[in-house]
Amino acid sequence: MRLVNVRPDRGTALVLAILPFALVVLAYVLGSAERLALNPDDKLLPSLGSLGDAIVKVAFTADGRTGDYLLWSDTFASLERLFAALAISTAIALVVGMLIGMLPVVRVLLAPFVAMVSMVPPLALLPILFIVMGLGEESKIALITIGITPYLIRDLAMRVEELPREQMIKAQTLGASSWQMALRVVLPQILPRLMDALRLSLGPAFLFLIAAEAIASDSGLGYRIFLVRRYLAMDVILPYVAWITLLAVAMDFTLARARRFFFPWFGAAQ
Amino acid sequence: MTAIAVRHLWKEYGDQIVLEDISLDFAPRAFIALVGPSGCGKTTFLRILLSEESATRGEVLIGGKPIAREPGADRGVVFQRYSVFPHLTVLGNVVLAAEMAEAPVTGRLFGTRRRAAEEEARGLIEEVGLKGAEDKYPAALSGGMQQRLALAQAIMRKPKILLLDEPFGALDPGIRADIHQVMLKLWHTCELTVVMVTHDLKEAFTLATRIIAFERRRNRPEEKARYGATIAKDIEVWPKRVAGTRIARQPKPTFATPGRDDPAIPSGPGRDDPAHETA
Repeated sequence: MRLVNVRPDRGTALVLAILPFALVVLAYVLGSAERLALNPDDKLLPSLGSLGDAIVKVAFTADGRTGDYLLWSDTFASLERLFAALAISTAIALVVGMLIGMLPVVRVLLAPFVAMVSMVPPLALLPILFIVMGLGEESKIALITIGITPYLIRDLAMRVEELPREQMIKAQTLGASSWQMALRVVLPQILPRLMDALRLSLGPAFLFLIAAEAIASDSGLGYRIFLVRRYLAMDVILPYVAWITLLAVAMDFTLARARRFFFPWFGAAQ
Repeated sequence: MTAIAVRHLWKEYGDQIVLEDISLDFAPRAFIALVGPSGCGKTTFLRILLSEESATRGEVLIGGKPIAREPGADRGVVFQRYSVFPHLTVLGNVVLAAEMAEAPVTGRLFGTRRRAAEEEARGLIEEVGLKGAEDKYPAALSGGMQQRLALAQAIMRKPKILLLDEPFGALDPGIRADIHQVMLKLWHTCELTVVMVTHDLKEAFTLATRIIAFERRRNRPEEKARYGATIAKDIEVWPKRVAGTRIARQPKPTFATPGRDDPAIPSGPGRDDPAHETA
């Protein structure tokens, strides 16, 4: 049988999907054991046990100085920034993207500008943001927004332009005005695509979040990682990285499920 | 009751002449079929009637007035594909026509006005043979059913002119015969002038009152660009067909489209085409 025709059954598929994860954990455990055997004080690859202790300490023990549960207060601070930025970006992208996609005048006016702006490396703007907006929440939210909005705008504008020409003509023959077409034809068809675009921008959004927190902050997941780096506290860093990854995966999954739930027609119409 | 008059119409793309000095008069409630080989400009002609393209020279008069510069509610259209909105159900697609007409700001109808629009839409959906499929999305419909929906949606807005761009070209012969009956019924009962582009001569002679054949008279490579298509044949179908003379209504379909858990309907050429019993 040709390799292209070999399809794993469900059980095999599950085992195969878990395999890479298991291998990584195994490699870690073996490497950790080997290093600890040579030097019990090794900090680079702490044992699973000390990782567990660190998790209990940051997640379920009140911090001696502030009385906060560090993991949760960090998570809350970071997600607040992330969601604020995602909300602002989505709103801007939806309006500007639809205008560029639907109206030739706006496309001529803004498309080259947005294309240019999207090429500015957002991290290079971070010093400017810190100078202009200070070191507070605004500059961090602004960095994430600046980082992902141009991409979202361009993606949405392209999705709007991809809608079949026939649909636009058809809507006009039903007497629709530009506003009605935006509201009833374009917007509902763009929303599921927006959710896909948002899923793809989660990665960059977290990147800019961690970067902003690493440089100037007093709370947040990125702040914590870069703080404990000074003490080589791998037992805290590793769980934090895993936790950030888990948060991003959960958001991605939620967006995917929400799209299927709210737009049942979308998958079939593709 | 709208006559269409085309006076010395030319269409050129750069140096390429597509249509050459076309003059035509379509009587109100005529059913015109435009036929011709691929690339002969019949679809371009239809697009000009739709205001999707504009004439390079000459004029098009609708009801004696110059044609509007953009597509409008007076001229409905059904394309070969993408004529219905994938994000709306069958009922939503048809009701949309009323919503566009009556709700300029919200684009939605509520309460009694919505119920009235829905009732009218359900009537049309039944007439085109889609009863029972009201809550399905277009992706769940077969090609024939999607085109029936596109017809119902276009008729809902009560256009005076219905433009069809190879609407049944992608359908199987059996399904096509069924939808021809639906099309004729609509032409007889609604006050419509129909202009249809088709490459199927049999279809043209089955439906139309008049058949116009476009042809490029000079097709040699060195002449191709500078000579456009003209009217090669203009045939009145005999015996004359007159809209509204076949008022005797077809028996209504007696069953709804089965749901996925219902027993399958007896097989036949149009088993996913619920109106095959009207044929």
